[in-house]
Amino acid sequence: MIINHPLLGPRDSEEFVYLGSADLIKRPNNWEEDASAEDFYQYQYIRENIAGDHRELWYHEQGDQSWLVVTRNTLSHEILNVELAQDVSREIGRGK
Amino acid sequence: MSQINRIKGGLVNQKKSISFTFNGQILTGYEGDTLASALLANNKKLVGRSFKYHRPRGIVTAGSEEPNAIMEIGNGPYKEPNTRATITELYNGLEANSQNHRGPLGFDLMAITDFLSPLLGAGFYYKTFMWPKAFWEKFYEPAIRNAAGLGTLSTEPDPDTYDKGFRYCDILIIGAGATGLSAAITVASSGAKVILADEDFLMGGRLNIESIKINGVSGSKWAKDTVAALSAMENVTLMSDTTIFGVYDHGIYGAIENRSSEAREDKDKPRQVNWRIYAKRSILCAGAIERSIAFGNNDRPGIMLASAVRSYANRFAVATGDKVSVYTNNDDGWNTARDLGLKNVRVVAVIDSRSISPVLRVPGAEIFMGVDVVDTSGRRAIKSIKLSNGKTIDTDCLAVSGGWNPNLHLTCHHRGIPKWNEEIASFIPDESNPPGMSVAGRAKGTMVLSDAIIEGHNVGSSVALDLSYNVKKINPAETPSVSYSVTANWGVPSGKNRAWVDLQNDVTAKDIKLANQEGFKSVEHVKRYTTLGMATDQGKTANVLGIGIMADNMGQTMEETGTTIFRPPYSPVAIGAFAGRRRGMEFYPTRYTPSHKWSVEQDAIFVEVGMWYRSQWFPLPGETHWRESVDREVKQTRASVGICDVTTLGKIDIKGADVSEFLNKVYVNAFAKVPVGKTRYGLMLREDGMVMDDGTTARLSENHFVMTTTTANAVNVYRHLQFCHQCLWPDLDVHMISVTEQFAQYAVAGPNSRKLLQKVIDSDCDISNEVFPYMGAGEITICGGIPARLFRISFSGELAYEIAVQTRYGDSLMRALMEAGKEFNVVPYGTEALGVMRIEKGHAAGPELNGQTSAYDLGMGGMISGKKDFIGYKLGMREDLLRDDRMQMVGFKPVNAQDLLQAGSHLLNLRDKPSTESDQGWISSCIYSPILGHYIGIGFIKSGHSRKGEFVRAVDLVRGNDIEVEICSPHFLDPEGERLRV
Repeated sequence: MIINHPLLGPRDSEEFVYLGSADLIKRPNNWEEDASAEDFYQYQYIRENIAGDHRELWYHEQGDQSWLVVTRNTLSHEILNVELAQDVSREIGRGK
Repeated sequence: MSQINRIKGGLVNQKKSISFTFNGQILTGYEGDTLASALLANNKKLVGRSFKYHRPRGIVTAGSEEPNAIMEIGNGPYKEPNTRATITELYNGLEANSQNHRGPLGFDLMAITDFLSPLLGAGFYYKTFMWPKAFWEKFYEPAIRNAAGLGTLSTEPDPDTYDKGFRYCDILIIGAGATGLSAAITVASSGAKVILADEDFLMGGRLNIESIKINGVSGSKWAKDTVAALSAMENVTLMSDTTIFGVYDHGIYGAIENRSSEAREDKDKPRQVNWRIYAKRSILCAGAIERSIAFGNNDRPGIMLASAVRSYANRFAVATGDKVSVYTNNDDGWNTARDLGLKNVRVVAVIDSRSISPVLRVPGAEIFMGVDVVDTSGRRAIKSIKLSNGKTIDTDCLAVSGGWNPNLHLTCHHRGIPKWNEEIASFIPDESNPPGMSVAGRAKGTMVLSDAIIEGHNVGSSVALDLSYNVKKINPAETPSVSYSVTANWGVPSGKNRAWVDLQNDVTAKDIKLANQEGFKSVEHVKRYTTLGMATDQGKTANVLGIGIMADNMGQTMEETGTTIFRPPYSPVAIGAFAGRRRGMEFYPTRYTPSHKWSVEQDAIFVEVGMWYRSQWFPLPGETHWRESVDREVKQTRASVGICDVTTLGKIDIKGADVSEFLNKVYVNAFAKVPVGKTRYGLMLREDGMVMDDGTTARLSENHFVMTTTTANAVNVYRHLQFCHQCLWPDLDVHMISVTEQFAQYAVAGPNSRKLLQKVIDSDCDISNEVFPYMGAGEITICGGIPARLFRISFSGELAYEIAVQTRYGDSLMRALMEAGKEFNVVPYGTEALGVMRIEKGHAAGPELNGQTSAYDLGMGGMISGKKDFIGYKLGMREDLLRDDRMQMVGFKPVNAQDLLQAGSHLLNLRDKPSTESDQGWISSCIYSPILGHYIGIGFIKSGHSRKGEFVRAVDLVRGNDIEVEICSPHFLDPEGERLRV
């Protein structure tokens, strides 16, 4: 596969390490509440098994060490979008 | 007589003889021959024995689809089994041996299986060798595998070299036949970067075997001229003898280039190169493959595909018989009869299963229309054929054409489903080709040559245009239009005679029928039950015929029956080619520590730790057992001072205004207030609450920290930190880089470590206990101004330091420390002594950090700060992880000091019998303590923290050890840590 890195252009997937769903960015913030145990459980263990467009985390280990959010169709392997994970994280309000 | 079947002409160089051997017999061929054509020239019709029944078999095809003529080439470690003679270019000294027979090829002892064949139908082995069950693995399967099969391996390491390569282009053209060349010359005119690949060592495809004319010259001449024109163009790369074997995602193609002839001249050159080709677009021009017809005894040597007979006559100048007959269901079969006539090879009969008028006039041949071949005779070579009209014809070569199948294999690598085309009676690619791939010519079902050439040109133009390249105005090459008409013929009822479908796997029409009758309705199931279409040829000549027979059996259409899924590789690729140069020591990088050279000089014993070579111990002359060396290293370190290379531990340099806040989020303990000049031990969890890693982090200045990780987890921890920063807390001012290899780091441990270091550290740097106390950290200079970092940390439990310099000073520093330490009787120590000392001290390491242990289990629950969120906090607080009866880490010592304690032992209450139910835990790390004079261990036992003083048994059923041990604190030595602080 070829991943079109937003900073470096097209790179072979061999340079990357795969992690999993981009939902791992959405780590719960409510650790002080008792009820958050369920949220952390959901965050850690529960995944959608998507047949279609899947947002997932790839790490450019043999490159610039960026974490990327890659939107990949799990049926065709077509890659529809590649973003820097830190941008995605900021978009959902994890920035300062 | 040599080469009795050789005729005039052809594309071989009849002035250049080549000598080779077949089953030990010395034979000659010509330059340009394949092994198969040279064997046929020498009248070697019988070239192998079949897979299951050991039937005599001959050459069937002239290409990569060959099912029968697979041989062992070379000898000793160079021997390569299952090599297709039809694509092996002949060379001087080639040594070929037929395979799968016991005794001589002409009299195979295993041919008995052929007479037992009524018993050996599809599924025979599954049904028969059921009982007793245990016999299958031990007896039946090995015996069957021995009796059936292909070639044998040399079992020696492959001495050949293989390589990998990468190429990039705009347009990859697969196949350099008429269509591919037409596309290539068109596309190349646009300036687009083109790669043209063909599996044959001679480009031109079928143009080299046909007698047709293109642009007024012979097809082969036109091909040769076109290839010459292309090779002169800078934007074109020609890759002959290169098979595109797989289509992968996003325009990546796997290609295997055969460079055997070059490798034979120079052993350092690769025999094969596994190319990864990145192409924006591709045009598949892979042509078509002829299929056979299923009739009785259609597998005798001398029965060949009609196009192969033509290929041997036209390209290789070999007559495959003196009395050739042709059996066809399509117009193209007649071309073989015509071409043989032009070469003065006698054609005795043409049999066409269609009831139409003869397609061509074939002088001297009997013509039979609407007639089939129903049986043949001749054990080791065909002697006669019997026709459906009762007539028998003497013949020594039967050329069979059951029609042509578009070679659409590569179009299916992304799950494209071929569709049936009634007009050509075969499957053609559907529209869902792999993205970026276009198909042209006969691979697409365009069976008429003149149309295929125009199609190659047109597809080439439009693909180039898609990439914004404009092709020059070129007229496609011209050739007379020769029509192609076919009527499907899957075979005629053969009675008790077997009609072979898959020659390589010995699958007959009857086997397919049996499978269908037994309820195997899916083509994929039939494939697996009968083995139709398996092995090296992947059924290239057999699949469509088998599907046709299946469709007839089940009364359904070809479309309904469908094909099996085609997967890479298109044709076999040697495992060595996938490995490339990554073999033996090159399998992965070898990492040497900065003290490696020095350690080699000391005759150190090395151990591989991940990719690192670390000194395991340093034997002295006279020491005969590793324990002698290790005990000495430990004693000397604890008594005075020892040095160990700890460079392999991961080092991460972290800078920024928010580093302490960041560290607070990734470590369980508080890092917010680590003062400058101090180091702190840190424990890191995974998000699920299990311990991930531990290490120390030093604050060198307000915004500058250096973290260490364990050797094994260096990569994972760095990746994890980057994840935490970029994905979870993107706006923290934190910048990290791995500096594991940038710094050489040595542990200097023992009561005299400070004195030793003071000799190398520059005099203005004060490391006295008052100025530089336990857990101190700082930047210093040594040896007259060389910058270094000093950390007062200890894994051994002694007064100890770790000193780091830039890697280029690492070798010198080791030598300087050893020199300075002479007066203290300094000792270098390896990973074994390191392990002994850490177990004496009760530090958890790899065997304890196994991914199932929490901070509480390790006795480090007290470190957890409840005042902050950190990775692993919430899930680490789950009820079950806090239970008191979990496996908890403690120490163990034998009640009888002489007893041997071994890691891996299981722990049992004194009176229990060993069983899963009574298992109390295990010993994870164990050593002999030279300081205490007996074995000690650390391990995990239920409720361990509250069971200190209790006695249990350590049982090792594998090594037959069963001893009584006392549960104790894991801190065997200096539990208060006084030695650290002096």
